[in-house]
Amino acid sequence: MIYRHDVLVVGAGLAGMRAAIAAQQHGVDVAIVSKVYPVRSHSNAAQGGINASLGEGDTWESHAYDTVKGSDYLGDQDAIEILAREAPQAVLELEHWGVNFSRDETGHLGTRNFGGASQARTYFVADITGQALLQIMFEQLVHSGLKMYNEWFVTSLVLSENRVVGVLAIDMRSGQLHGITAKSVVIASGGMGRVFEPSTNALICTGDGMAIAYRAGAQLMDMEMMQYHPTTLKGSGALLTEGARGEGAYLLNAAGDRFMKTSAPNKMELASRDVVSRAEQTEINEGRGVDGCVFLDCRHLGRDLIMTKLGQIHELALELAGVDIVKDPVPVRPGFHYPMGGIKTDVFGETSVPGLYAAGEAACVSIHGGNRLGANSLLDTVIYGRRAGEAAAEAAANLAGEDVSDSAVRDEERRIQDLVDRPDRGQFAAKVRWDMGIGMVTNCGVFREQKGLEACGDLLHDLKERYTQVHVGDKGRVFNTNLLSVLELRNMLDLAEAVQVTALTRTESRGAHTRTDYPERDDEHWLRHILLEYRDEGPAVSYRPVTITQWEPQVRTY
Amino acid sequence: MDIKLKVRRQNPEADDKPFWKDYAVEVPEYYTLLDALLKVREEVDETLALRCSCRSHICGSCGMRVNGHAALACKTKLSDIDQGAVTVEPMGNMPVIRDLVVDLEPFWNKLYSIKPYLQPATDPPEREYVVPNDTMFHLDGVVNCIMCGACVSDCESLSVNPIFIGPTALAKEYRFVADPRDAADRERLTQMNGPGGVWDCTHCFQCVEVCPKDVAPMERIMAMRRMMMDMGMEQNNGAKRANAFMDLVGSYGRLDETRLLMRSVSGLGELMSFSKVGLRALWKGKLPPLRPHRIAGAPAVRRILERARNQRPRRFKVHQAQEEGVRA
Repeated sequence: MIYRHDVLVVGAGLAGMRAAIAAQQHGVDVAIVSKVYPVRSHSNAAQGGINASLGEGDTWESHAYDTVKGSDYLGDQDAIEILAREAPQAVLELEHWGVNFSRDETGHLGTRNFGGASQARTYFVADITGQALLQIMFEQLVHSGLKMYNEWFVTSLVLSENRVVGVLAIDMRSGQLHGITAKSVVIASGGMGRVFEPSTNALICTGDGMAIAYRAGAQLMDMEMMQYHPTTLKGSGALLTEGARGEGAYLLNAAGDRFMKTSAPNKMELASRDVVSRAEQTEINEGRGVDGCVFLDCRHLGRDLIMTKLGQIHELALELAGVDIVKDPVPVRPGFHYPMGGIKTDVFGETSVPGLYAAGEAACVSIHGGNRLGANSLLDTVIYGRRAGEAAAEAAANLAGEDVSDSAVRDEERRIQDLVDRPDRGQFAAKVRWDMGIGMVTNCGVFREQKGLEACGDLLHDLKERYTQVHVGDKGRVFNTNLLSVLELRNMLDLAEAVQVTALTRTESRGAHTRTDYPERDDEHWLRHILLEYRDEGPAVSYRPVTITQWEPQVRTY
Repeated sequence: MDIKLKVRRQNPEADDKPFWKDYAVEVPEYYTLLDALLKVREEVDETLALRCSCRSHICGSCGMRVNGHAALACKTKLSDIDQGAVTVEPMGNMPVIRDLVVDLEPFWNKLYSIKPYLQPATDPPEREYVVPNDTMFHLDGVVNCIMCGACVSDCESLSVNPIFIGPTALAKEYRFVADPRDAADRERLTQMNGPGGVWDCTHCFQCVEVCPKDVAPMERIMAMRRMMMDMGMEQNNGAKRANAFMDLVGSYGRLDETRLLMRSVSGLGELMSFSKVGLRALWKGKLPPLRPHRIAGAPAVRRILERARNQRPRRFKVHQAQEEGVRA
């Protein structure tokens, strides 16, 4: 069966829902497809808040500059200017839609401090900001009445004469593959955290949209820039919000010293994430940690503040690590969190493939450059989600469109059936993913060097070989999560390779990419983005200069 | 530690009859039930179907019944529950699609039916709505709902009354009624005053017990009942019963169940429908006294009731404040 829409959005997190709502307001027929129900999307994991220069005395230029500096001058400044200029209106829109942002004593919006920011400009709902935004965006999506394909898994994009004409997707409930024709497709399917082990990300974060766009010819950019969050819980790897440090929590080493005084004497614990994660990893590597961790100390904040503003991380630390943060410091370590890189887009969300748009964590505009500032990702989703939705709708309005062909559906069905029919040679998808994840954190972690990156390349080569042997044990059609995991693994392996290749290519240290064999930032050679295009024999590398509007690169200290 | 999982499974592509399957796995002490189920799915039996995603109780995917009660598998630590054998079943009050995966469409449709989006009185202000922080903080408790369906799974009322809109949708309704920016509270509450609405809750506390995020849906339902009565929506059995309850306890210092029943129902016909229950109670010697009995401390009880009544928080609504010219 072939379904038809003007605009199809893939992914129903914040960026996807915002794109869909924006596209529909342009008077075209819109649908949204997601492998999970919208409120299950990983946007709900964002805890700390959303940035905007709404406060008295704050300016968009200050927000933009902090973001540029945070990106270690790899962010494109035209895109960052748009982000910072449109932020106040975006936050007010969310408030008007019903987000219950915390207020100050006068009833106006209240703020908290966040990493790498020169002002308190982070608006928040306790430590459940992402959850609150996701719920309220879902309310607006329901209000819009647009068609949702929930629990449909998109397996690939369909092109005709190099232009996107739709997608192929499995309806999980029936197991049937269908074509969905669309004049424009917006990829907003989120991040790729499961490429790494451990990771703060949900099990659904397998980079599907990035990978299918990549294989359809879209360029990926900044894929070496992978953010490790400074405060992830020992053991489970769950995220403990930067908001804790925003509210005043300390980082301590085994001796009880606030070690951030060495690497960021001014901002201390509120330096940017790359700086803090590097400092932590250095403490751990040089023997000043405990059990591969340092400590996040919230005790001096007091029970009242913790329970009202940091209730969720109090619960997580207690449930998952058995630590009551009111009474004890909690062991934390850097953990994989967020890719700054993704599908390369312009400031209207358009990718290098006609008809294909991208937004949010799956995309790379690039506003985050070498390092994303906390509370800029929620902002990214709503601003660039809207812009991509609008552009996709405008393009669709002027197109005749072309149907996904029956033969495209039949070919994909055969490809999937071949997977299901593979003989059992004892290779499990979960084991291959695990080996990939451990290898990626080991070799593409906080610190990287040539030998490890090359070893990682060999490992990924082996894993791709093993992938050809992975079998699907579940032969049923209805809700076959086993088949899903095998399809997701293919996506992750392609993205892992993209990370490894770009990390090996960039022979300098910038933002989250720290090469111990090239410890300095090298503006002369590397003030440029690395782009990748998919080739069967391995990624093709090209370069693009960074867009600089008004902030020339400077030495970066916090 | 060794753990035995007893999982209720169902395959629509075979005979669709539920069956039990046991899995014995060895897992570390810190494992959650979800970790164990994933270990089963990844290493023992790939055909086990379940939903899961975040692993940290924020996405609401992995709702299931654990030893008879709804819970999130990712919030259930195996070391906290009985070591013998853990029974795992799909959530209740919902049809099964496969194994632990239930059909959530009816669940979402009920949610959609309440118009789950903010309905302000006028166009928004240029800046933010100016509202007291405690009203926003109060909403955290319901915005925290992750729509996992645990409350609906274990709702006693829903199990016998399928038209009941259910605790999740009602908690969501409360999120708007309690939001100072929403102006549709009268319409919302009027809708919830009808069949399937707030009065269909039987006050069993199951939803409060099983909610993994402390949303306490039943308390939200009770709060909406109070709001309705404050708005004068008192012509129904539920409201009449609540009024009679307060009245009787205020007068006699104790509950008089005979009069409570008489004053809760509409007319003799409905009263007669309880005659069977009455006769059975009489037979078992459980019939409440027919003559009211006033306890010695009745005046003190009345004072307590009045104080409780006066302590009810005043609701703040932006559109009303604007009409009255009051500032937040």
